[in-house]
Amino acid sequence: MSDEEDDLILDELDDSELVLQMHDDLYDGMADEIAEAVHILLKRGWTPYDILTKALVEGMRIVGIDFRDGILFVPEVLLAAGAMKKGMVILKPLLVETGAPQLGKMVIGTVKGDIHDIGKNLVAMMMEGAGFEIVDLGINNPVEDYIDALKRENADILGMSALLTTTMPYMKTVIDTMIEQGIRDDYIVLVGGAPLNEEFGKAIGSDAYCRDAAVAVETAKAFMARKHNQA
Amino acid sequence: MQTLIIACGALAREVLALIELNSWQHMELICLPADLHLRPERIPDAVEAAVAAAGGKYQHIFVAYADCGTGGLLAARCEKLGVEMIAGPHCYSFFEGNEAFSARGEVTSFYLTDFLARQFEAFVWRPMGLDEHPELRDLYFGNYEKLVFLAQTEDEGLTQAAQAAAQKLGLDFERRFTGYGDLETALTDN
Repeated sequence: MSDEEDDLILDELDDSELVLQMHDDLYDGMADEIAEAVHILLKRGWTPYDILTKALVEGMRIVGIDFRDGILFVPEVLLAAGAMKKGMVILKPLLVETGAPQLGKMVIGTVKGDIHDIGKNLVAMMMEGAGFEIVDLGINNPVEDYIDALKRENADILGMSALLTTTMPYMKTVIDTMIEQGIRDDYIVLVGGAPLNEEFGKAIGSDAYCRDAAVAVETAKAFMARKHNQA
Repeated sequence: MQTLIIACGALAREVLALIELNSWQHMELICLPADLHLRPERIPDAVEAAVAAAGGKYQHIFVAYADCGTGGLLAARCEKLGVEMIAGPHCYSFFEGNEAFSARGEVTSFYLTDFLARQFEAFVWRPMGLDEHPELRDLYFGNYEKLVFLAQTEDEGLTQAAQAAAQKLGLDFERRFTGYGDLETALTDN
């Protein structure tokens, strides 16, 4: 950062410049600047939903592209996610008040035997930003936890995550149990995690393997649109 | 030379030590960069390129990798190439012995081997960006409880390094001596 950039006064930027600056600040993981910019846009009369989608989600989409292309790495993505989270903390109560489109409800969690949640948390955050309601079960989830939550929450989507080669087969246990209980087709099942691939996703009977958070959002939207068309 | 061992760079010392200990003079070792573990999806292609480079000069080729985060892709590639590899999910498991490791069913332990204790900064701390952003530590390690140092050798210096790593990560510390575990068994068959 140059001195000139350090001296940048966000409030002096017009709306479109400020949104572009927010994309840059998200990219650089500058959480305080994001919070300040969110307050400025609110003061200028922006709806919380527009700030969320046009500034935060769009900024994270750019981060996601550069992560996919190997330009950014996990630490940078975590910092960007931290900045987005800071913006979302401000917007979330306002979104409840003002209303925002709800695309569907997702139960998400890391599978039994696995405590890794970075990818899962990113997906949850991006899904939430895209308009999905998230029920986050956290880590180390046995099959009963997933199935109870799906039924209790009347969810549309199940998202399962695993980082380990040793834990990813547990996703099949969950899907097989759903089949046994005759509820498999009631839900869209999305899976993700570093050692997974598309072939694995198909082999275990999921609806789709999602390579990253952005793909998860797009896939969930596409499946929900299909579901609505069938209804 | 009759047998080529294509190994992960993180196993170089251990494989060389076993070759020397057992006088396996028929074995030659080449290593692929250990930092492939940061992008495991690249391991199968790297192994295939090494097998191709060997160009039929060896009677036998053995791949000293376990699955190592490739989600079964390395096993599939080795099968296609007609070469064997080490059984198990990763080196933590085969050093302790795949059966024993699996029986423990540990979920909240983070593992270091001799190699990782020696290279903690280069292979854990810096690639995770913790040198510049130590505030990210608990995002990565908050769900872990204990650092388990799986020691291949008796080396007080490495134990101290592993202990320091545990402290840096905010985790409890345990040292387990494993020796070379299933790595020795796997290489013996070659």
